[in-house]
Order: sequence, then structure tokens, then C-alpha cells
Amino acid sequence: MVIHDSKIKRLEKLANTIRQDIIASLVEAGSGHSAGPLDLADIFTALYFHILHHKPKQPRWADRDRLILSCGHVCPVRYAAMARAGYFPLATLQTLRKLGSPLQGHPELHKLPSVENTSGPLGQGSSVAVGIALAAKMDEKKWRTYCVLSDGEHQEGQVWEAIMFAGKNKLNNLTFLIDRNNIQIDGNTENVMPLEPFAEKYRAFNWHVLEIDGHNIHEIVDACEQAKSIFEKPTVIICHTIPGRGVSFMEKKYEWHGISPNVEQAKEALHDLRTLRNNIVSEHQ
Amino acid sequence: MKKQSVYLNPKLFSNNVEQIPTRNGYGDGLLDVAEKNPNVVVLTGDLVESTRALGFAKKYPDRFVECGVAEQNMAGIAAGLALTGKIPFISSYAVFSPGRNWDQVRVSICLNKANVKIAGAHAGISVGPDGATHQALEDIAIMRVLPEMIVVVPCDYEETKKMVSAAVEITGPVYFRFAREKTPVITTPKTPFKVGRAEVFRKGKDISIIACGPLVYQSLMAAEELARQGIDCEVINNHTIKPLDEKTLLASVRKTRAVVTVEEHQIMAGAGSAVCELFAKKFPVPIEMVGMSDSYGESGKPLELLDKYGMNVKTIKAAVRKVLKRK
Repeated sequence: MVIHDSKIKRLEKLANTIRQDIIASLVEAGSGHSAGPLDLADIFTALYFHILHHKPKQPRWADRDRLILSCGHVCPVRYAAMARAGYFPLATLQTLRKLGSPLQGHPELHKLPSVENTSGPLGQGSSVAVGIALAAKMDEKKWRTYCVLSDGEHQEGQVWEAIMFAGKNKLNNLTFLIDRNNIQIDGNTENVMPLEPFAEKYRAFNWHVLEIDGHNIHEIVDACEQAKSIFEKPTVIICHTIPGRGVSFMEKKYEWHGISPNVEQAKEALHDLRTLRNNIVSEHQ
Repeated sequence: MKKQSVYLNPKLFSNNVEQIPTRNGYGDGLLDVAEKNPNVVVLTGDLVESTRALGFAKKYPDRFVECGVAEQNMAGIAAGLALTGKIPFISSYAVFSPGRNWDQVRVSICLNKANVKIAGAHAGISVGPDGATHQALEDIAIMRVLPEMIVVVPCDYEETKKMVSAAVEITGPVYFRFAREKTPVITTPKTPFKVGRAEVFRKGKDISIIACGPLVYQSLMAAEELARQGIDCEVINNHTIKPLDEKTLLASVRKTRAVVTVEEHQIMAGAGSAVCELFAKKFPVPIEMVGMSDSYGESGKPLELLDKYGMNVKTIKAAVRKVLKRK
């Protein structure tokens, strides 16, 4: 599905709104991850507002595309995108991580059935996504399976088991999107446990590999579209992102992987994001 | 012998009682359910023949999934298949699945309430010559602590076969274990079997022997021998470890007021512990436990190992005598 420039601008603004939603829900929650959700905002906006075939008012619609989140800790971005897409009221975002909330600290299928899968312990979503794509193949279904993974979680052996299986079984209905932000809790991925040469590893496992700017909506849409034309292999899109994207004091700082802003920091973050939003609007005008 | 109501094998106590590995019940059970339910799919981690999934794999190649030596991925793939309407059976040795993939079973299967059936082959010390690494003696413990999980230990070939059908009828995660070696066929196709309902295989008034798995046979043998010495044992096939059939177990023990538990598993946290938890809460009575005493096994013939590690007719009888003194 092609995307017009006017829609790209609209989605860029929406991604900015989603970043503000993330900050607002994290400061209210008082805990949670900041850097990953912020840097994934463009990808989740592109997925929920252009790429996925889905019906927010009918979340279990049988022919929907499946979006599996493997790195569950970035769920604030998924929740914000889902709320903006109409899955549940925006006010629910303020219940993140609170007792009785459908928005668990790590997403849980039976608390919020529209998230498709429970995730948190890293690597597990990769296999679940492969199983879902395999079921679609068995039943000759046309819908596609997308899986968002972090880069750091590729240190789990299970991910490579899933990659090996998908390559063997030529699951061309499966697309992985990797948030290549180069950080994890203990530092930069290449210091903690190097992942490079990342693309070559996937190629060696018989995947089609694309590398894009994970903040460029046009590239995200285009790569997901390209993946549909690959018939012999599953596709991985390595999305290069800036951790904490949009909030100057969080950007590229691994220290912001696993913490949430306090009230003062949240104010500053929202100020940054509003300034960026004005830039998007004025560029558009 | 009071066995008519449960239709046990009439040749049970003869020297030429038929012996079939319980794993064959898994293989034959899969073929039964496959024909009736097109959603049943079978996965294995490079163990298609020894888990007895081969018959299914040959007859239904499109519904068979070879995962290679990757049990964590197998559990996750099964969860994904189940979330899309399939009824996957994952087949491996119990030491690997659920031994190696416990976190995937906990999160991808149980927290998702995924309709996955985990078939743990080569369970117990009777795996024999393969040695301690391959003898699953902890699997009941690690499965019964998981919310949503149902845990079943069939006693023989027939019951394992019935268990496969029963697992399909249940919506949600199920773990059941079976063994490698030939063991006596205790039951018949007419023997009642329902997950969650313990069956009294021998009625008695002095003590309740609460057993699971192929050691139900040794328990019945011990009861026969003790009967000749005037001790009247009730023997219960307590195949469902979770949820426990509290009603049947309490009814028996209110009558006998003494218990011996029997399992081919660590005593700690296993089937016997589940029974102890029940009686500690509802009806405290003296209990002795037969099983592995906090150690690993070793290579050897199955019966040699059961003897050496104290899971045989002799130790069951000794446990009965010991507990009766505490009554």
C-alpha cells in the first residue's frame, strides 16, 4: 500500500503525540522503560495506522494481521498506539502498571486480549510469532505476522532457534522488525555482547534482510511492503533507531533503558516533544 | 481381589502379564485423536521415533512439525499454533521438555492459557542405561507449581492412550509424562479414566496407598502380598496430580487413617507432596513417601535402578508397616 506525503506528515505528528502519551503514562506509573518505547513510536505508528490490516473495534477479527511484541518491556508505545487507534479509551493509559489495570507492566494477553501475546522474558515472542505464521501457512491464510523485537534480546539463544526454524520453513508471511537502538540495561549492545555483523547473521539463516532508518515512516512502510514480495524467505527489517528519540536528555543514553522520568523530567520531555511537533507542523506548512 | 468395578487386566497378577511401554500409548493415542480432530498437530525436537510420534508424522505429514533440537523454540511455536486455533502436542524427553523450556512453558503457554499439550517421554529412573542426565525425576514438581497447568501421570499403556484423547477435550495447558520401558498393562479399555478423578483400584480398610504411573503395579503387588499377612490395603491410582481429586482421596483416608505415597519422581515437591499438602490441610494422618530421596540416578537396568533407589514392592511394603505403627 503506497503512502502519500500528506499521510506521512500526519503520521509523524501522530508519532509525536504517541511519544507524549508515553511520557505521560510513564510519569504517572512511576516506573517502566523510556528509551525503547520512545524510539519505537514511528514504527508502531506506521504499523497501527498504515501497515496492519486490523479492526480496533473487533480486536479478535479472524483475518487480522498479527502483531507480536517480543520485547514486552516496550509496551507503553504499543499501549499508546492502540489507544490512539481506538482499541481502548485514552484515559486507560493513565492506569499503566497500576493494580487492576489491563495495561500490565509487561503485556498480558488475558488482561488485554488485543495484544495477541504475553511477553516480557526476552526471546519468547520470536517463537510465538513463528508458530502463528506457521499456523497461517497450514491453513493457507492470507494475513501476515509481524514481530517487533529488541536488538539486545538477540542475545537469547531462543531467538536464533526461531530464526533457524523460520528460515528452514520459508515463512514468507513473517516479518521481524528489530529496534536496533544499540542499547540494553547494562550498556551498549556491542560492549555487553556484540550482535554485529547482525545483517549477515540473518542472511546466513536464510532470511531476506532490509536495513532502514527506523524513524522514517516512508522507509518503514516501504520495507514492510517489500517484504510481501519476497516469496522464498522470511524478512527481517533492521530498524536503526535513536534510543529515547525526541527527548534530548534521554537520547542515546543507555541509562534511560529501564527507568521512567520524574515529574520535572517529564515536563522537560514534554517541552522537547512539543517543540518537535511545532517543527513538524511548520515544515508541513 | 476386588477389582471388578474398575475392570483391571484379569491377568494382572500372572507371571505372563502383558507388558507394553507407556510411550506406545502416546503414539497410538495420537493416531486416535488425529483422525477425529483436524486441529491436532504434533511437534517434536528431534525425537520423533523414541517419543512414538512417528506413526502420526507418517500419516499426517502436513500436521507434523519437526523443530530440531530446540525445545524452547518448540514450546513457543506450540503456543503460537495454539493461539491460532491448533491443538499442539509437543513431544520430547521430560528432562528437556519441560526440563529445558520451563520459562517458555510458564510464559508463552501458561500465562497465555495456550491450548498446548506437553508430552514428557522417558520419565522416571526406569529410562535406565542412559543415566542420570536423562532420568526425569523433577518434572512433576516444576509443572504442578504453574497456574493453569494440569498434570497427569498415566499408569500404563491403555491409560496413556486414553490420556491423549482426554488432553484434547481439555482447553488449556496439560502436562503428562510416560516412560520408555515396557511395564505391565494394568487396565483395560473398559477401565474408567477421567482427568481429575482418582480411581480406587483395590479396596481396603487399613491403609491407603496413593500411587501414580507404572509404580501403581508395584503398589498393587505389595497390597496382594500384605493381604496374605492380614494387612488390608486400599490402592488408589492417583493419575491426576493437579487438580487433585480431594473427594476420593479424603474418603479413602477418613476410612484408613494412614497413607503411603508412591511415585517415580523426587519425593520433594512431587505427587506425594501434593497429597501431603491436602492431608496437612484437611485431615492430618501419618504418611510415608516412596520415591527418589533427593538424589540423582545412574546407569543400570530399569528394575535394578528401581531396587537400588527404593521404588519397589519391598520398599512399599516397608513403608506400609512403618506408617501403620504411627497410626
